[in-house]
Amino acid sequence: MPVSVPKGTTILEAAKQAGVLIPHYCYHPGLPIAGVCRMCLVEVEKQPKLQISCATTVAEGQVVNVFSDQAKKARQGVLEFLLINHPLDCPICDQAGECELQDYVFQEGQARTRYADYAKRFNPVEDFGPDILYVPNRCILCTRCVRFMEHAAHDDVLNVSERGDRAVIGIHPDKKLDHTWAGNVVDLCPVGSLLSKDFLHRARAWELDKTASVCPGCSQGCNVNLDTRNNVVVRLRPRANLEVNRYFMCDYGRGQYRWMNHGDRIEAPLLGGKDLTAVDWDHALDRAVQLVKGISGPAVTLVSPGASNEALYLARQVLGNARLQAAFRVHREAGEWSLAGVPDLALRAERAPNVAGALALGYREEFEAAIQTAADAGLLLVLDDALDGVAPEALQTPNIIYLGTRLPEIARRARVVLPIANVAEEDGTFVNRDRRVQRYFQAKAAPGMARPAWWVLGEILRGLGRGDTLSSAEEAFDLLAQSEPAFGGLSYAGLGVRGAVLGSRQPAGQPA
Amino acid sequence: MGFPHKPHPKETVVLSQYFGDADARSYAGWVQRGGYEALKKSLAMTPVAVQDIVKASGLRGRGGAGFPTGLKWSFMPKERTRTHYLCCNADESEPGTFKDREIMRWTPHALIEGCAIAQHAIQAEICYIYIRGEFTEPLRIMEKAIAEAYQNGVLGANAMGSGKRIDQFIHRGAGAYICGEETALMNSIEGKRGNPRIRPPFPAAAGVFGLPTTINNVETLAAVPHIINRGADWYKSLYLSNPKSTGTKLISVSGHVQRPGNYEITMGFPLKDLIYDLCGGVKPGRTLKACIPGGSSVPILNKEESESCILDYEGTVAKGTMLGSGGAIVFDDTTDMVYQVMRLAKFYAHESCAQCTQCREGTAWTVRILQRILAGEGTIQDLDLLLDLADQMTGKTICVLSDSCAAPVVTGIKKFRGEFEAYIKGARKPVMATV
Repeated sequence: MPVSVPKGTTILEAAKQAGVLIPHYCYHPGLPIAGVCRMCLVEVEKQPKLQISCATTVAEGQVVNVFSDQAKKARQGVLEFLLINHPLDCPICDQAGECELQDYVFQEGQARTRYADYAKRFNPVEDFGPDILYVPNRCILCTRCVRFMEHAAHDDVLNVSERGDRAVIGIHPDKKLDHTWAGNVVDLCPVGSLLSKDFLHRARAWELDKTASVCPGCSQGCNVNLDTRNNVVVRLRPRANLEVNRYFMCDYGRGQYRWMNHGDRIEAPLLGGKDLTAVDWDHALDRAVQLVKGISGPAVTLVSPGASNEALYLARQVLGNARLQAAFRVHREAGEWSLAGVPDLALRAERAPNVAGALALGYREEFEAAIQTAADAGLLLVLDDALDGVAPEALQTPNIIYLGTRLPEIARRARVVLPIANVAEEDGTFVNRDRRVQRYFQAKAAPGMARPAWWVLGEILRGLGRGDTLSSAEEAFDLLAQSEPAFGGLSYAGLGVRGAVLGSRQPAGQPA
Repeated sequence: MGFPHKPHPKETVVLSQYFGDADARSYAGWVQRGGYEALKKSLAMTPVAVQDIVKASGLRGRGGAGFPTGLKWSFMPKERTRTHYLCCNADESEPGTFKDREIMRWTPHALIEGCAIAQHAIQAEICYIYIRGEFTEPLRIMEKAIAEAYQNGVLGANAMGSGKRIDQFIHRGAGAYICGEETALMNSIEGKRGNPRIRPPFPAAAGVFGLPTTINNVETLAAVPHIINRGADWYKSLYLSNPKSTGTKLISVSGHVQRPGNYEITMGFPLKDLIYDLCGGVKPGRTLKACIPGGSSVPILNKEESESCILDYEGTVAKGTMLGSGGAIVFDDTTDMVYQVMRLAKFYAHESCAQCTQCREGTAWTVRILQRILAGEGTIQDLDLLLDLADQMTGKTICVLSDSCAAPVVTGIKKFRGEFEAYIKGARKPVMATV
């Protein structure tokens, strides 16, 4: 199969482009080449020996045979060697189902071992760090973890200790694998040797549904997969995007799945009065429309920088006819935790995914001022800000519309409470700190009657006679792109799974 | 050879001329014996001219691979835009080889001079002499000699008054076999674990500290002053068989011979004469059974092959083995070849750096099978299994350590299959082999 690639491309990468995945273990596109697993051996025409495809660059007119008898036999040999000391404990191994050793053995290994009469090498499980266990018996010494910690994290706490078949991954005797980005070694491990304690025995890989998303942890906007089982998000894992996070994400981001499953959610629209009363959407939306129509004086909207661009845009549209103060606040930590070996990648101080989106859509970071205005504003529209830290007496406004996932005590003052979906429960887009607009996809159902904020706001707009029902985030985004100059030229479909930078004028329908 | 024997008339004494002569160790003694004349001569020449002489001499690497030395030097960048390094491989870790040790013990200045000439030829200011950790006596002698060389202006900022800087440093290894592999040696010098590197890049492009580097064996470098002094034509004329293998070679003979030791022969010398004449043959009443001619990692020769083998690069290849580092291990008829093969494999299993899968797992597995056979618990299928593993371990890894483990196993089974079968069939008393 002919394939044309830039000069300097390795055989392994060229083969990928031809649709052939050459089995490999130590090679990882995000790490320096080690060439040690010897799994990716292929036959190269005019070369007497098999060559490792991960380290051999292609040449003009070169013929590579991945599936020749010689190459297959070599890979079969490597698999047999790897298995002589690898326990067949797949039934209790977290990696089973997403294990590269399992996969390749099924694909081209031998049915039986010839290493029958000996006990396998045994070493006890080691506690490497706050979230990482090392199971040395399963280790195939690919050294991805060692190279990650050395070349990406610049925190070389891991090494290969001992020699020969006694070798194991060793950890610095006085240090822990507790780097902010250490969790990546679990993803990088091709077998079940490095495990996340948090995920330990929690789910089988084949039970998980994977949904492309964007990490809501900070303004870096790392691309992630939400792994869900039975409508519960069980873990976040990085999704490759060379422009944003390459192959990695930080441990803080990994922890973000927890709040996505919280049970203390608003499950029905509520109408205020003496007590809050659950009603259907029609009643609630009707009340919201009446409140907007009856605005007298200035309006204030307080939004979360974790809300989607679509919701942020529509919230402004809803209050478009009033004198509006549109504000947000963002939690900032003192410092950033970078992945030193990868340029422009860090756990950012700004702990919200859509600060740049809020700014681009005309919101200003003036929360306190907005609260003061709100005290005697005609209407206060809150979009998923928990209002924590706001004194109850500061919110004397009679007319509050509260769109949220959870209902804080202070929000009980609202005239109408509208339950919305969180990031795992809706489609939408965020803009990261580098002004890249990125889509996230719905991974699970929203609880009760909660709906995406873009739908809720779209319905209010319809009630105001200023729009039709929005049936998808795509429709909401395309409305936004038409009227917001900063988003000009972008289309929801054109964003693809890798996103596009604001102002880059991505032609519609083209993948980024 | 020289020390402790007197040179045998059939030896060609060049490198070993002063072995046993304690006075040759000092700077004064070495100069008295014509030392550092070659360096003076070289420094007056252009680097390329020195390279050309060595190229013309036909000198080939004495560490094992036999790569033409002058050609290797010419791979270094012509223009010196970055620091160039010379590494002298004095790790001599190949079992059965102990020639470099003697060169360093008796003629340390010959090595310093050879290194300095090579440094000039490849425009390397810095040379690291990587001495294995176990070589305490050679280390002491080399350290003293280098200090003397600095004191006398041979080394330093103005080497021999040439205005050129030539520095030499000793780096001590910690005794790992694999650190004799050139790229592992470079890692070791850099303070890293001694793991061989994948090539390319080759050392001449990116060697130690990522800079252009040439690595030569002690014996290779020690031969260079002689070539400069006596001319390429003289060196080229030193051959008995094939003009592609020129010069003299130190052969370290060990095992079942009456007079083990280092012998310096002209390339093309018959192995038979080495064993029977120079070394006095095997003990009375015994007969020759096998010989490993080039250090533990080359294929084993049986009696007939040994007695017809010519000791040069081509002659050994013709017998299916290699000249290697020139460590001849001789076995007489009392030898248990199965045990010997197991012992060799055990060495490689212990020394595997653990990078490549085939080597890490294969060497250890090979040992277990061989031990099982020795214990009388083997099966005939085990022999096929060993050969199949050896095939998987050959030509598939970064360095040749696993090939080296496979070579004696394959040739052992091929040439001494009867002994393996004797254990398997219970015709031989089992050995508990847990060395």
